[in-house]
Amino acid sequence: MKEKIRVASGQGFWGDLPTAPAVQVIEGPTDYLMMDFLAEVTMSIMQKQKRRNPELGYARDLVHIIEQILPVCLEKHIKIISNGGGVNPQGCKKELFAWAKKKGVKGLRIGTVTGDDILSRVDELGNRGFYLRNMETNQSVEEIGHKVLSANVYFGARPIAQALDEGAQIVITGRTTDTALTYAPMIHEFGWSWNDWDKLATGVVAGHILECGGQASGGNFSADWKSVPDLAHIGFPIAEAYPNGDVVITKHEHTGGMVTVQTVKEQLVYEIGDPTNYITPDCIADFTSIQLEQVGKDRVRVAGVKGKPATDSFKVSMSYLDGYTAVGTLTYAWPDALEKAKAADQILRTRLADLGLTFEEIRTEFLGLDSSHGRIAELPNVINEVVLRVGVRDRNHDAVERFGKELAPLILTGPPAVTGFSGGRPKPSEVIAFWPALIPKSAVQPEVVVEEI
Amino acid sequence: MRVRLIDLCHARSGDKGDTGNVGLIARKAEYYPIIRKYVTSAAVKKHFDGICLGKVERYELPNLWALNFLLHETLGGGGTRSLKNDAQGKTLSSALLRMEIDVEETIEVRKQ
Repeated sequence: MKEKIRVASGQGFWGDLPTAPAVQVIEGPTDYLMMDFLAEVTMSIMQKQKRRNPELGYARDLVHIIEQILPVCLEKHIKIISNGGGVNPQGCKKELFAWAKKKGVKGLRIGTVTGDDILSRVDELGNRGFYLRNMETNQSVEEIGHKVLSANVYFGARPIAQALDEGAQIVITGRTTDTALTYAPMIHEFGWSWNDWDKLATGVVAGHILECGGQASGGNFSADWKSVPDLAHIGFPIAEAYPNGDVVITKHEHTGGMVTVQTVKEQLVYEIGDPTNYITPDCIADFTSIQLEQVGKDRVRVAGVKGKPATDSFKVSMSYLDGYTAVGTLTYAWPDALEKAKAADQILRTRLADLGLTFEEIRTEFLGLDSSHGRIAELPNVINEVVLRVGVRDRNHDAVERFGKELAPLILTGPPAVTGFSGGRPKPSEVIAFWPALIPKSAVQPEVVVEEI
Repeated sequence: MRVRLIDLCHARSGDKGDTGNVGLIARKAEYYPIIRKYVTSAAVKKHFDGICLGKVERYELPNLWALNFLLHETLGGGGTRSLKNDAQGKTLSSALLRMEIDVEETIEVRKQ
């Protein structure tokens, strides 16, 4: 057994810093590179891509990243784990194998985890008594029946660990929890038992710290942002894990950013609910048990984490189409910037009313003044400029599209000193709504395939 | 004495659907009992009056000197439904740091 492993975070979301994965595998010791690509809305985008072309439906950025770093990873025996397979991990593998073949790479083993995509099985599961009721409203899934765009089960670390056990050097998954990408290698390497709740919970906490990339190593740091060194070259966080369950959060030397108790704390409280019950498919972690200690420069020890047994259910996330939005902006300059922006908003609303257009919601914000803090914000004495931002939402696509034609005319038919209409006419974009549900673990099975070329 | 939370705390916020979460972290161990006493769910609900339209839940993490607030019905529907510029509640954290509290205790505060 290795005395320790280093799991490095390479991407915190689809569209994160493109150079981060290469830095993680080149600039210092790393054993595993984990990359998170999936937000809730991502699955519906990928399903849409797959409907247009059945070969697609995964993050092609992931393929480009792997093409770039694979030679180094093979040389240094670094394994890659990512959920960028989206709704088509097999397609992602196919493209990678095609590239590897062209480059003459031999003996590459890629594992895929599927079975999470239950879009085509919603009816069948209902017939078997798994109704996928909305866990917040208890509504029946028939309410959204024909509008469902995607339906995915959140798997945990088991199928990823299995793929690693079977020798995969790259593991491409569909919808797994973000945290599983980090602790699956710990289970694979150290043989932690699936009921060693405290160790599993420690892995989950490490995963939560790593899953948003640079947010744990000095990015978006509110305590004292000016003190963070060299954000231009920020090093993403690394979890150094030991067989006994100890974890140290660190980053490569000579990279920017910093890892301190405060940067780690900010990430720990990010997007959590009840901290005593952080529920994952593999265990429930108690965030109120976490002890942090600065044990060196850019080294924070995570200890004392308590875990509880896992539940019998997987979470399911379904998405469905629920109308359209369009948003447009115009910039008004001094003098009377705010008064003019407000007048323009009234003229716009009058014209929309004259057209007989109504919307489920119409919202006006004044960027530069109060769009972030609302009425909590203090207004400045002199307003040099303000951005008028108006958005509408409705199920009627044509009404939303028609709204888009009313913004530009304000430039020549409204108050003066206005500019900034460079983005063109606001176009309707789809509202993707979510339907959270639970499903017994026995109803769905992850499928693990490891293939070699 | 009257203090602004930014002088006692740092914070990070995010979203889960239409609910915003704000993690409020004391800068020093001795500030934690102060924020635990004064930054109640009711006080936060009042601070976000007209912005948070639902209830405010509060959880304690004494190990991190932190409080976690869930602000329900705050993000204009959340996700792609929201018409807000800050649909993901990223700036709720700094909005909370603007809050002022009146404390009976005498504490040493370094202005941020």
